[in-house]
Amino acid sequence: MKPILAVEKLNTRFETFAGSVYAVNDINFELFPGEILAVVGESGSGKSVTMLSLLGLLPGSSSRVSGRAQFSTAGIDVDLLSLSKSELNRYRGNHISLIFQDALRSLNPVTTVGEQISESLITHLGYNKKKARRHALELLELVGISQPDKRYSSYPHMFSGGMRQRAMIAIAISCKPEILIADEPTTALDVTIQSQILELARRLQRELGMAVIWITHDLGVVAGLADRVLVMYGGTAVEIAPVDELYENPRHPYTEGLLGAIPSIANKGIKRLVSIDGSPPDLFQAPRHCQFVWRCPYAFEPCWQNIPQNYEINKGHYSKCFYDLQNNRPRTEV
Amino acid sequence: MALLLGVLFMVFILLHITGDPVSLMVSRHASPAEIEALREELGFNRPLMVQFADFLTDAVQGDFGRSFRYRQPAMGLVLERIPATIELASAALLMAILMGVTIGILGGSNPNTILDSLARGLGLLGQTIPTFWLGLILIIIFSLHLGWFPTYGRNTFVLFGMHLPDKSIILPAFALSLFTTGQLARFTRSAVLEVMNEEYVTTARSKGLGKMRIYSRYILKNSAIPLISIIGVQFSYLLSGSIYIETIFSWPGLGNLLAEAVSTRDFFLVQATAFFTSLVVIGLHLVTDLIYMLVDPRIRYR
Repeated sequence: MKPILAVEKLNTRFETFAGSVYAVNDINFELFPGEILAVVGESGSGKSVTMLSLLGLLPGSSSRVSGRAQFSTAGIDVDLLSLSKSELNRYRGNHISLIFQDALRSLNPVTTVGEQISESLITHLGYNKKKARRHALELLELVGISQPDKRYSSYPHMFSGGMRQRAMIAIAISCKPEILIADEPTTALDVTIQSQILELARRLQRELGMAVIWITHDLGVVAGLADRVLVMYGGTAVEIAPVDELYENPRHPYTEGLLGAIPSIANKGIKRLVSIDGSPPDLFQAPRHCQFVWRCPYAFEPCWQNIPQNYEINKGHYSKCFYDLQNNRPRTEV
Repeated sequence: MALLLGVLFMVFILLHITGDPVSLMVSRHASPAEIEALREELGFNRPLMVQFADFLTDAVQGDFGRSFRYRQPAMGLVLERIPATIELASAALLMAILMGVTIGILGGSNPNTILDSLARGLGLLGQTIPTFWLGLILIIIFSLHLGWFPTYGRNTFVLFGMHLPDKSIILPAFALSLFTTGQLARFTRSAVLEVMNEEYVTTARSKGLGKMRIYSRYILKNSAIPLISIIGVQFSYLLSGSIYIETIFSWPGLGNLLAEAVSTRDFFLVQATAFFTSLVVIGLHLVTDLIYMLVDPRIRYR
């Protein structure tokens, strides 16, 4: 199957007064039509920056993005990173949309929710105001907002947190995008609302046949939602695998550490949760070796000398590590 | 109300502790007895508190006393001058908004560029140039050398039965507007800069909206909120009449009247002007709050 999005050698730097920040380093991944890819990693690991880079949403003056991001679907085959801002506008919100963590801050406080849904329809689909309104009401209904007629002319601050995220989703799916990128959309919500939003996202994904990139650091969410998982550390994709495979057979020490830190009911406080020692890498340094090496319990000589390549462990399971976790010894290639 | 009372009391006390107008009203050769007699007649020899109470009693009945100089009711004189001041203030505010907001938007949306430095420089310049100096320079260049505008006064033409000022308003309004322009430029710049970094602007961009729409519906509409209070305060400052500008350009407004009244120790006229000015300031603050509700749905009362 041809990927709908193929990202190759994506690099993002920020130029600051203190020097360059190496936020995203050589990321490669593919997204297939209709799948849910979860992106996990700690704060500052470059999850959001990766997605914002793809859509040209980083501040232009201080950021530099390089690489390729081939978007291919019916009749379209373009490298998103080579497009100008105005060309990108034809894809953003139309073929690829985003939802963010904090829906209150992501919605315009001074225009009505309805207008914010309609404007996408008017911009991309060329609807007139009346038609856009009618369609926006359907969208509000679709994302489970009651009394859409009344809610259409409400302002974001009049909505509850869950409703705001629903409204954000309505905006994002308004033009039936092929790809939905969700940047920690449930982190700011309480648990009941969180599961409702997850349920909604899953339902819409099935109904609309979208591919979804779901950024989160909640591994519980990942297990129930995703088809595949991409693990990020220090601006690099360290491991990518189908979700079951990743949970059963993590092959990167960082992933292993993450999974070890999940509390489980079966465990009942008998075993201490394992934490990963140390702190995240300094992104001001250009990476010359594995970014996890300072905190890695398995680190050995080559880890300090080269950046590991993407080793294929099983079909569709890649890990950037010189150490063979399964057999507890360095990889034979090294 | 309490504020208004406080202002009146302050003005009253400050006026009276600096002496009274009697010495300016009598001839140079008047004897002390004659001066004392006039004081007695005008009531200036009574205790201050009694005079203040007297003034207040009359004021609440709409009587602000008579001007010594013009021999007319003081409030009538003030009201006569108001149209000229409103014209000048409105023209100045309009200029300030047009120039200041434009400069601010240009600077704020291109942070750390030459355009931004220029905007910041102009903003600072507007706030630091002394208006009386600028007024004189403008007269020298545009009136004396180029002859484009009259050097002083307010000329009018009639439109639909209203007397409207002609181009004679341009120089004083420009000179008056410059401080406000500078302030608006600086505040607009920082408001735009702040709003540009808001997440909803990223959302707008992620929706693939055009630049025009992002500016009009997202950036400018949100930046306008903090500006409203600045514009309100600035307008009340402009409306209080600029003493310098109105004096330099002989503009027959409140500031001019106040300058005259103070220099001739025309107590009742000064008090009437102060009363009116405070009323305007208080009223404009109320109007500002009402406009807030129109622009920001979050503070609309339900």
